[in-house]
Amino acid sequence: MTYSLVGVPVPRKEGRDKVTGKARYVDDLHFEGMIYGTTVRSPVARGRIKALHFGEGIPWQDFTIVRASDIPGQNHIALILNDQPCLAESIVNHPEEPVLLLAHPDRYLLEDARRAVEVETEPLPAVFNLDESLRRNVIIWGEDNIFKQYRVEKGDVDSAWDRAHLIVEGEYHTGAQEQLYIETNGMIAIASPERGVAVWGSMQCPYYVHKALKAVFDLTDEQVRVIQTETGGGFGGKEEYPSMIAAHAALLAWKSGKPVKVVYDRAEDMTATTKRHPSRTRHRTAVSKDGKLLAMEIDFVIDGGAYTTLSPVVLSRGTIHAAGPYHCPNVRINSRALATNTPPHGAFRGFGAPQSIFALERHLDKVAAAVGLGVEELRRRNFISKGQSTATGQVIAEEIDMPALLDRALRESDYRAKCERFARENPGSRVKRGVGLASFFHGAGFTGSGERYLASVVGVEATSEGRVRILASSTEMGQGTNTILTQIAAQTLEVPYEQMDIVQPDTRHVPNSGPTVASRTCMVVGKLVESAALGLKHTLTSLGLLKDGYSFAEFARACSSYTAQHGPLRSYSQYQPPPGIYWDDEKYQGDAYGAFAWAVYVAEVSVDSLTYETRVEDFVAVQEVGRVIHPVLATGQIEGGVAQAIGYALYEKVAWEKGRIANGQMTNYIIPTSMDIPPIRVIFEERPYLYGPMGAKGIGELPMDGPAPAILSAIENATGLSLVSIPVTPETLMTAWEGTDA
Amino acid sequence: MRAYIPGYELCAPKTLTEALERMAAEPGRWRPFAGGTDLMVLLEAGKLHHSCFLSIWRLRELRGIMIASDSVMLGCLTTFTDVLNDEVLRREFPLLAAAAAQTGGVATQNRGTLGGNIVNASPAADTPPALLVYDAEVELLSSRGSRWLSYHEFHTGYKTTRLGADELLARIRLPRNTAGFLHYYRKVGTRNAQAISKVCFAGVRSQPSGEVRIALGSVAPVPLRCWRTEAAIREGGDGLAALAAEITPIDDVRSTAAYRLRVSQNLLKAFLHS
Amino acid sequence: MRKVPITLTVNGQSRTASVWPMERLLDVIRQQLALTGTKEGCGEGECGACSILLDGQIANSCLIPALQADGSEITTIEGIGCSEELAAVQRAFVECGGAQCGICTPGMIIAAVALLRQNPEPSEADLRQGLAGNLCRCTGYMRIFEAVMNACGEGRLRH
Repeated sequence: MTYSLVGVPVPRKEGRDKVTGKARYVDDLHFEGMIYGTTVRSPVARGRIKALHFGEGIPWQDFTIVRASDIPGQNHIALILNDQPCLAESIVNHPEEPVLLLAHPDRYLLEDARRAVEVETEPLPAVFNLDESLRRNVIIWGEDNIFKQYRVEKGDVDSAWDRAHLIVEGEYHTGAQEQLYIETNGMIAIASPERGVAVWGSMQCPYYVHKALKAVFDLTDEQVRVIQTETGGGFGGKEEYPSMIAAHAALLAWKSGKPVKVVYDRAEDMTATTKRHPSRTRHRTAVSKDGKLLAMEIDFVIDGGAYTTLSPVVLSRGTIHAAGPYHCPNVRINSRALATNTPPHGAFRGFGAPQSIFALERHLDKVAAAVGLGVEELRRRNFISKGQSTATGQVIAEEIDMPALLDRALRESDYRAKCERFARENPGSRVKRGVGLASFFHGAGFTGSGERYLASVVGVEATSEGRVRILASSTEMGQGTNTILTQIAAQTLEVPYEQMDIVQPDTRHVPNSGPTVASRTCMVVGKLVESAALGLKHTLTSLGLLKDGYSFAEFARACSSYTAQHGPLRSYSQYQPPPGIYWDDEKYQGDAYGAFAWAVYVAEVSVDSLTYETRVEDFVAVQEVGRVIHPVLATGQIEGGVAQAIGYALYEKVAWEKGRIANGQMTNYIIPTSMDIPPIRVIFEERPYLYGPMGAKGIGELPMDGPAPAILSAIENATGLSLVSIPVTPETLMTAWEGTDA
Repeated sequence: MRAYIPGYELCAPKTLTEALERMAAEPGRWRPFAGGTDLMVLLEAGKLHHSCFLSIWRLRELRGIMIASDSVMLGCLTTFTDVLNDEVLRREFPLLAAAAAQTGGVATQNRGTLGGNIVNASPAADTPPALLVYDAEVELLSSRGSRWLSYHEFHTGYKTTRLGADELLARIRLPRNTAGFLHYYRKVGTRNAQAISKVCFAGVRSQPSGEVRIALGSVAPVPLRCWRTEAAIREGGDGLAALAAEITPIDDVRSTAAYRLRVSQNLLKAFLHS
Repeated sequence: MRKVPITLTVNGQSRTASVWPMERLLDVIRQQLALTGTKEGCGEGECGACSILLDGQIANSCLIPALQADGSEITTIEGIGCSEELAAVQRAFVECGGAQCGICTPGMIIAAVALLRQNPEPSEADLRQGLAGNLCRCTGYMRIFEAVMNACGEGRLRH
């Protein structure tokens, strides 16, 4: 009997709780004796703290007040470099930088008190954008404002220019983007020198928080406990930031002796926490007469904000994706992450790739026009295929057929017919229509040796009744972790999905399966779940307790026998890299990722010449993903990512004012509503990846990479306007339009 | 949430008379509070500096849509949903219905009132341009009595109106003289729904008489009836230069002056050719 | 200022609460009434996560001062369906993947219920308009549309 759950849309594990309002997010929890905490923040972008003034009319003696000097351990949020303070002590380096913490039982009085603290500063010169940072008139970090740089070299770029039929140059910009999870950041902490620290809250990476708290409090592994509560969206915005808010809640709890809840309102979350890194990319491309890429020189720069945080890794991914799924014999990529006096930028779905892929795809449209080829033809002539190498020298080992994927996308979207029809109809129409495309790939899992370094562990355990539980620190935040991991385990063990549970991520009870990021949960952690489940099955079969083709009742009996004789029935699996993967961190060369997912997206837009508004009218997303474990969840990931990317392209503009977001409210930071999203058609192709669970690759971030350049390609098709910067608001489109005879 | 909630007073007088008497007794102390869709947003942003309010939400005297032969009388508590549900309003005052349909989502429409939309005096409000082209009149009520004002005169400057400290905007009257008119409304927001307008255009014109009435939102400190543009059009021009001279759009967090100007002109052209 | 007593009918039950007059109804629901299914997403009436039915109509509870809710009938997500059986909309959300992270879901379901009570056979345009006041960041809305259409027996979306 083959027991197959793969490809079956089983009900979401926590679905019933979510539709009944029973699911409990951190702000739904109340602990006995709990008080509330808040954060006093820097009013300036950069300055020396001169004094803190506590205003009149507030009973300060009833408040718990925490300063940097109260921190028992290290005053930093441990991540890559430990340069970000938990609380600013003498210098502030960005607006809204945390300076002081307050706690009180009365939420209303607490807010009054927060506003009554004045942080007096002596301003210092500040840097607000990439140009200012690069100019180095003011050094705000290290010796040169550069957090990190990479250089990728393939072949011999310098010798290629003379052979070129044409050289095409371009510069492309992407703006900051706010993750805007509908549940804001929040934590509850209980802490004391005697009992250690425990936090509950909204997060993606319990073990990141765990590591950060150990450093802030100078505690051991066992003395810190981190529990993830139901999390209302993350998208990367809760990858690193939760460590900061957890430390703050814990410091207040430590000092007050009471449980402390810190939950941000929307304004605080938008102004003080991370956003997607803004970027600027310069391309210089040598192309032959028949449109073959001869050389690509790429300069990729991202704005990291005031502290290092995750910028080196965002830069890494952006760098590696910068030359795309194309074959080019000579490539040079120079990349840098720069410091500015804004709240540190951080993880957001795609993590550097949406930025560099935007630039590449827009640039290839320009190259196509220069050579006189259609946008699809230029790509068709340059797609990478099996046996060819990427910019980092990774030889593609799978049978990827990008031309076929392209053809499918063109067919499904009726691309050519629409092109012809729109070309005919546009001159006489107030509303111009167009179609555009983007082709791209996205590597799943941590780059290079990252997964080996993480050394993730997953456990699977069975109770004496045969209920099976998965032990992993991977978090559910809507993407379906709970469901697909239990699905994989159920299929592997051949027990009903309903008998599977996944334990709430709690560092006391689950091993470190790594952070829930990098499109790794299904592919890497899922594979570990599969092997741990196999291990558990093997334990029972090797003892003769289970025979082939067992029923659930027999499985339950086997578990019962085992636990009666041997105690807990548990199996662990630790990450092993797939064979033949080799990555050189020094030269930034080799096999960057175990697997890529591949895609071609087509967007249809209309542009209203009256109001310069762009609407996405139709969207087709075709991708090769290895294996679809859960069709509804996988489709949901693509649709959700496309929607966020439509926002990235057309609506989500961060208005900056001296390093602070000026539109830090939902009224003025615009994400798409149900009336702004087109029908989205999602098509999957499957070519099983040998080292993924049941063949699956990672797909969570893939859909973020393609829509923005596809939309701008469509706008160009509709209007002739070649736009190089996102978001394209009606205001910027109008400026471009008025500058031509359109 | 940035307000000290216990510091705010909100009382609910049982009758309109009681409400007016309290306002008269301490002029300026008590401000009327209707559906709250504007005031609560200000409260939660820490920007509601006035702290004493009278809830008029339950006062029946202020609700209702009364259809007479020559006019429609709307209580100030008429919600956007009420507007959408009224057949006469939909048929004879389609710009008002269009404005109501494009203000926020359904939840906002159920709670937001015409009176509140007017009195909040935002230049970006959605219904004022429609009310201006329909030559609305407003009733300002106090314990001293009632006075009617042409709505054209109600807004005197940015967020300032002719409403006295002891007065309540009680009713809105729309003359039923729109038969045979062509009605044109376009709100340009930051997205298709739930958006504050960047430009809001309301126009009516009559083919036979050549009458033209134009009003815009979000292009001046007040919702603006464009008299000079109308005059220029009546004289045979296209009105574009007159419009550019009459409106004073600004750059702000949502849009730019240049965009607002150009789009206003585009909408004027489209209106005149529709 | 002083707190005042209010009486509400919540999910069919009479409840009393002592409230600040300007206190947000959302906070009264979540704290005094201990019904945490209704969520805060923005505190400015934009996201709809706080949606409830107030006297039969959908409202953003973050924008309603408690005093004005005195004497009203309120339905929260806890009042949709019952412990034995999910309502059709809830079942459809589970089957069609209408909930991902779930934080917008209670409000979205309230919005769907409000829409279907008024318009049992909505077109796609009606649906988009009816849900326009409820923001979702996870799904891109497609699964939500499908869930609501399934709930009213329409099957696949009519374009």
